Amino acid sequence: MSADNLVEIKDLDFAYEDRPILKGISLSIPRGKVVAMMGGSGCGKTTLLRLIGGQLRPSRGEILVDGQSVPALNNDELYAMRRRMGMLFQFGALFTDISVFDNVAYQMREHTDLPEEVIRDMVLMKLNAVGLRGAHALMPAELSGGMARRVALARAISLDPMLIMYDEPFAGLDPISLSVIGQLIRKLNDALGATTIMVTHDIQESLHIVDFIYFMSEGKIVASGTPDEIRASKHPFVHQFVCAEADGPVPFHYPAEPLMDEMLGKGTHGR
Amino acid sequence: MSRKLLDLWVGCFVALGLASVLFLALKVGNLSAANFSETYQVTAKFANIGGLKARAPVKSAGVLVGRVADIRFDAESYEAVVTLSLDGRYRFPKDTFALILTAGLLGEQYIGLDPGGDEKMLAAGDAIAKTQSAVVLEKLISQFMFNKASDGPSEK
Amino acid sequence: MGGENKPSGVLLSALGTLGHHVTDAVQRLGFASRFFVMLLLWSGQSFRRINLTIREIYFSGFQSLLIIMVSGLFIGMVLGMQGYDTLQRYGSADALGVLVALSLVRELGPVVAALLFASRAGSSITAEIGLMKATEQLMAMDMMAVNPIARVVAPRFWGGVISMPLLAALFSATGVFGGYLIGVVFIGVDEGAFWSQMQASVDFRYDVWSGIVKSFVFGIAVSLIAVFEGYDAVPTAEGVSSSIKSTVVKSALAILALDFVLTSFMFREAG
Repeated sequence: MSADNLVEIKDLDFAYEDRPILKGISLSIPRGKVVAMMGGSGCGKTTLLRLIGGQLRPSRGEILVDGQSVPALNNDELYAMRRRMGMLFQFGALFTDISVFDNVAYQMREHTDLPEEVIRDMVLMKLNAVGLRGAHALMPAELSGGMARRVALARAISLDPMLIMYDEPFAGLDPISLSVIGQLIRKLNDALGATTIMVTHDIQESLHIVDFIYFMSEGKIVASGTPDEIRASKHPFVHQFVCAEADGPVPFHYPAEPLMDEMLGKGTHGR
Repeated sequence: MSRKLLDLWVGCFVALGLASVLFLALKVGNLSAANFSETYQVTAKFANIGGLKARAPVKSAGVLVGRVADIRFDAESYEAVVTLSLDGRYRFPKDTFALILTAGLLGEQYIGLDPGGDEKMLAAGDAIAKTQSAVVLEKLISQFMFNKASDGPSEK
Repeated sequence: MGGENKPSGVLLSALGTLGHHVTDAVQRLGFASRFFVMLLLWSGQSFRRINLTIREIYFSGFQSLLIIMVSGLFIGMVLGMQGYDTLQRYGSADALGVLVALSLVRELGPVVAALLFASRAGSSITAEIGLMKATEQLMAMDMMAVNPIARVVAPRFWGGVISMPLLAALFSATGVFGGYLIGVVFIGVDEGAFWSQMQASVDFRYDVWSGIVKSFVFGIAVSLIAVFEGYDAVPTAEGVSSSIKSTVVKSALAILALDFVLTSFMFREAG
């Protein structure tokens, strides 16, 4: 493997019970880059993030993060690894019973013995980076969706992680908040010298900020490339995604028998 | 909520709870009076203890002076050996008489101590020599009926 | 197709459902046991960082004070009235204190306090943990290398276990006071007889202490059920609400069943 890749995944299979989610995924994430995993809803993108974070164990295959095999780590080693990872959950997952400040300070208090003044300065710095220093005393319930996402972002980077993972960072945001988050993702990655994996289905925003894109469908990687390659791609799946067409390789219909058969009562669940 | 205020309320709660335990122990329960600080144990043998149970009261002149600590069966003499735990403040003469009594007609059974006139006092581990067993109601009734029957056969 | 309509098919599928329910229940029991062991293993932090536990004592203990004291007072007053009504027929109204105190200290105190605790504090513990799960807060915490069992579950469990005996003692004490209020102050039972008869018949080690032991056991049972139901909740709004319901129902059943078992152990010799 190349030392330039922070994350390396080989022949990864994963199944919930007997329902396969990921089938033979191989990919690599170079250090310092922002990489997007793209695909329709329910194609296993989020599962991939949780596998990298060690919250799930693969049925087969290898996941290497910074040279260490994640599924082989024991509990303590895994927690040590996670301190160097930051993750932004789909809806922020802020702790609702403590303030914005305490949310960002959470990991510093849990994992370091820093004095409270130092923590205070660091938290305000992180909040400043996402433009919310003035909101440090608010409770999460008082924040708008975009602000909550930014606070969660500040929390994810509170320990200066080497790897930042985003799960649908753009979901449910208005266009302005969306581009604010997009710019932040790029800016923070470069400022921290971190590596970013972003799971999303927002192609237009992603094309602006990422270095590389993987397309996933039904648990497999179907296409990949830099934003320019993607724009120029003739791959039907990519084309459908980029131009947001309703039907194409990703079918509009959930698999079903022909409509006429069902209407005429030949269906399997009719009487 | 500040930590100080939180500690204050939790402190209130714990203090209230402990005060309740104390109240139950001292005012409701008998920890203050009847769980004697110092006790000494003596034994007494009874031919029949009736319904006497461990922890039954031991009274002298109607005042609680101890509790039944243990009841065993002596396989050699075929008697019940009752260990009494007596309050260390009270001393009883050697020839004290121990009887099993009933509180009221149907009440609990307890042990009554009738002090004798001996100069020597009972010490820990001593045995009370003079005892009277429990009155068993069935025996009393059958005795009474036999007496009746032998008294007047003509009535039958 | 059509097989379900035959009688044998119906029977088979009913049997299948039954069997599924049984294996499901056994599996959950197994998970609950494993969860309990994990909880104990991860309890160190609850005592090393005692503030976490103190916070939970505040929520489950202090905030239940009012309902416990008011209910205790009323139960004591009812016992006073009913007890007097029955006892005075046999001319033994002096024994009112004994009746009130023994029924409270041995049975009603621990049992009713635990039932109230389950519905007041237990349900809110389940709701809290369930909501944290539903909003991905537990998963986020895990990704931040903070063990949710150590940080969220264990302090709530120990807070409940510590609060329960204190609440039960408080319940009994206010109950005795309620009985005193009705018996002595309103009805006019002799005050001296009320207390002295009570003290003569209520043994600390035997009655009061076994009541405390009972409430301690109930505290473990209710707290365990509450945290487990929260942790095991289906992470949706419906899932959390059904977990709350099941906390209250299962706690009540557990309290009554355990009460029977404990009573038969503790008071077997009393006859």
